[in-house]
Amino acid sequence: MITLTIDGKTCQAKEGEYLLNVARANGIYIPAICYLTRCSPTLACRLCLVEADEKQVYACNAKVKEGMRVKTVTESIAKERRAIMEVYDVNHPLQCGVCDQSGDCELQNNTLYMKVDSQSYAVQDVHRPTAHWGVMTYDPGLCIVCEKCVTVCKDMIGSNALSTVKRGAEALDKSYKESMPKDAYAMWNKLNKSLIGFEEDKCIDCGECISVCPVGALVSTDFQYRSNSWELTKIPASNPHASDCSLMYYEVKHTSIEDKNPTIYRVTNEHHYASLNGATRFGYDFANTTASKDEAQFEEAIAAFKKAQSIKFNSYITNEEALILEKLREKLGVKLINEDAKRYQNFMSAYAKASGSSLYSATLEDIHNANFVVSVGSFLKSDAPSVKYAFNNAITLNKGAGLYFHPIADPHIEGFGKKGKTIETIAHRPMNEEAILFLLLDLFGKDLPQDVADYLTSLKEKRVKTITETIKETVVEIVKDEETGEEKEVKKMVPKKVETQVEYEYTKLLDSIGSDETLLDTINAMLDKKDSFALIVGEDVIFHPKSENMARLCGMIEKYTPFNVMVVPTQTNTLGVSLICQLDDEAEGFTIGYNEKANYELSALGDGNLDMPALNQQEGTFTSLDKRVVPTNVALPYGGYVLNDLANVLLEEDVEYTIEYTQSLPTAQGFKAIEFDELSNEYKNDRTQNRGYELNAASLECETSFSFLEKIEMITSSVIYKANPINQFNAFTAKAKQLDDKNGLYLSESLAETLSLASGDKVSISANNVEVIADVTVDNQIEGEVAYVSYFEKNSETEQLFTNSRYNSATIKKV
Amino acid sequence: MSLQDLKERNVGTQEYMLVQEDDYPKTGWEEFKQVMKRSIKGELFGGLKITLKIMKEALFNNNMHTVQYPTEKLPISPRYRAVHKLLALLESGENRCIGCGLCEKICISKCIRMDTRIDENSRKEVLEYSINLGRCIFCGYCAEVCPELAIVHGGRYENASEQRAHFGLKEDFLTPLDELKNQQEYDGFGAISPNADERMKKTPLAY
Repeated sequence: MITLTIDGKTCQAKEGEYLLNVARANGIYIPAICYLTRCSPTLACRLCLVEADEKQVYACNAKVKEGMRVKTVTESIAKERRAIMEVYDVNHPLQCGVCDQSGDCELQNNTLYMKVDSQSYAVQDVHRPTAHWGVMTYDPGLCIVCEKCVTVCKDMIGSNALSTVKRGAEALDKSYKESMPKDAYAMWNKLNKSLIGFEEDKCIDCGECISVCPVGALVSTDFQYRSNSWELTKIPASNPHASDCSLMYYEVKHTSIEDKNPTIYRVTNEHHYASLNGATRFGYDFANTTASKDEAQFEEAIAAFKKAQSIKFNSYITNEEALILEKLREKLGVKLINEDAKRYQNFMSAYAKASGSSLYSATLEDIHNANFVVSVGSFLKSDAPSVKYAFNNAITLNKGAGLYFHPIADPHIEGFGKKGKTIETIAHRPMNEEAILFLLLDLFGKDLPQDVADYLTSLKEKRVKTITETIKETVVEIVKDEETGEEKEVKKMVPKKVETQVEYEYTKLLDSIGSDETLLDTINAMLDKKDSFALIVGEDVIFHPKSENMARLCGMIEKYTPFNVMVVPTQTNTLGVSLICQLDDEAEGFTIGYNEKANYELSALGDGNLDMPALNQQEGTFTSLDKRVVPTNVALPYGGYVLNDLANVLLEEDVEYTIEYTQSLPTAQGFKAIEFDELSNEYKNDRTQNRGYELNAASLECETSFSFLEKIEMITSSVIYKANPINQFNAFTAKAKQLDDKNGLYLSESLAETLSLASGDKVSISANNVEVIADVTVDNQIEGEVAYVSYFEKNSETEQLFTNSRYNSATIKKV
Repeated sequence: MSLQDLKERNVGTQEYMLVQEDDYPKTGWEEFKQVMKRSIKGELFGGLKITLKIMKEALFNNNMHTVQYPTEKLPISPRYRAVHKLLALLESGENRCIGCGLCEKICISKCIRMDTRIDENSRKEVLEYSINLGRCIFCGYCAEVCPELAIVHGGRYENASEQRAHFGLKEDFLTPLDELKNQQEYDGFGAISPNADERMKKTPLAY
């Protein structure tokens, strides 16, 4: 920690932090338009000028130093700032009548803050037509080219879809160069020549750029002109679609003058603290609005529960609901079936035996802060977007490096840094994740258990390779001086290519991965100056036939290597359900399905026998990726029965609200006996998470016995992979009007060419003795020969194409 | 009267005439005399004459001074703040409102609501506009804040109804097409000041 004074106030800061960040965390205001926490400084607006130790610096890219004395305003700085603000207001309307920012405008705020009431500069405006970019609309007439959108897309999201481009513009009057303050002129010169450009192929429609735009230049096409922001009520909640459960706000208002029922108009986030993915931002209209209380239906449901032998559900439920189901299991003796959570549970129990801790160690923040990140078996772009953002953030901001192991190549991830220098994506053969985990143990493990160490040594062999090196050789030449006739000896350095035989250690694991020794060299080169490591383990490994063994390997990586491991929960509350419920493998007898197909269905989608509230109509808690219990609130009213009503009858209890169960979540599993209303849901000014509470991990005794790598033979013809398109997570996002990806087969451009398929075609996919007709979509954001099949719709037939793994070999025929 | 006189505030020392000070009746007799004098003098008829004159005008010359409300109404000042009107553009008959929502925001009794959307030409369109006249306190803020002079106060002041809360919708406030020729520019509350041109600081434009 470092101590410095800003405007006379003593502040504490971490080494290497930026001045602006420190000031903000300490409640000192330095104006800045282009600055984004968690991203690299853009230096576009230059408003954050301050005086540090008698020198003018930009607070956004000046690092703190011990004993630094900072003044945020001096006379010359005030002059400079005012000139910059005047420049921003050149040809930018400030009457703002119908701008969608409706007063939430940083430009307007800063103009008022700088007390700009007259304009000394002018330049002729040029016509800049609006453009529609996917889910967003860009109005260059309002754009101040602060490049926040460009920065967030590059440093946070990792898509690089936005960039600054040239615009034709009138040149500035020459006299300004002398008469204006220096920074203001430089900024204006750049501003007047640039606009934001868009590459559609790279965009993932996450909408984070909309969130960071300080003016109304980038807006959601759907939200545009529907409401002013001051009319909307912000309801804090947690992401219901993915396990990051990040903080988000439902913005709610009455539907119209005639219809007073509230509607969600948009979803927003606090971009300085957490980013959202596209499904969360645009897939909010999944509420079950048709429900009403029908007593006959309720009686029927009670009867169904009384004769049920199993309850089938997924992990898109709250912790409280999971607890109710668990209580029903105890009381009624039914079996609880949840394949997703069961797999996760099995994985984590095997993991715990090897690592000695009941929970994995890494949080999202650890990945953001790491400088060496490895991802194994996770189709990051659609399985866990926020983890992908953190991965990208770690590589771009911490001078980090990363390895991404996945059979489906993702060009986005290849673009995270420099290929081969900071990022290496390895499209290994499917089902060989075990070899990768062994390789990590081999490369990073210390004091491994004897049998593992022996096994790893047994795979090694000495090999010799020829490498061509360029070395410099000293050559002595005799040169004759022409005038004097004297001979001189001159030494010269001459480059020469030399082939040398080098002996190196090869491990057969590389064969299994489908890579060669260059991978080892690359990793070695990447490891230079790296000190914080993170491993992301994804769904492929959890849903692998040998997942138990892999779980142990992950546990050992946690224990014997410097890696912090994160096992990404597959659905929103997979972690919570796996901790709360005792689950069974197979359903038997009469089955009740909660959002799942069964004999009797409770459904929040409005298509079951009894209606249930959707996650945006419920209060409760989720257990997030960060191993935190975070609260979510009601955004829309719900008129029907909830699970608690059923439980009250069946358990003969009298619990008024579902959230009364929050405090009785099982403490043995790490939950705390805290009431729902005591849980906060916010970020503090210094970016610490003040959301809910963290689960306590239990320490366990370790076991170390292993079954070793055996080849799993598969992969003959075309390989299909079970995954969803980027912004479709589940049956709920499928309901959302702004997300319109089709259920079906997604393949890369090259594969589409080999199979001579195009978007809109229909194919029959046969695998697993099932034949399914599916729509084809060419996904230009993947590469390689593996196609993925989506399953986000309820009762998707496509799910039957897979057995107990996310991969299968299939025959794909055009219909 | 000079400035000096105006500044002299010591009442009574100037040329003021004090009534009822000099010849107040002092005895009972004097009082009786004063009463008798006033009664007989016929001063009373001086006042009655005006009444009779007006009665004559009303009866024979049909020159009434009473207003036959509600068939007849007095003209009201343009600054009077009665029921709102939405003005239309004279050129096209379109609503002038751009849907900025400032009136909705500033309204202290929260009686204004509007629905907007993006129309085919990517412009903001106002779908519906309502004012709850039962709640409106006619403060005039909405008219003052409107950047387009689209919402103004009109002269319609009768709000009598069986219901306290009666909504006025867009069609009630908006000038109908056939009335467009009669639409008057609004000079009342919220109108720009007569010397606005002099007060305006123009934005420099290079063309």
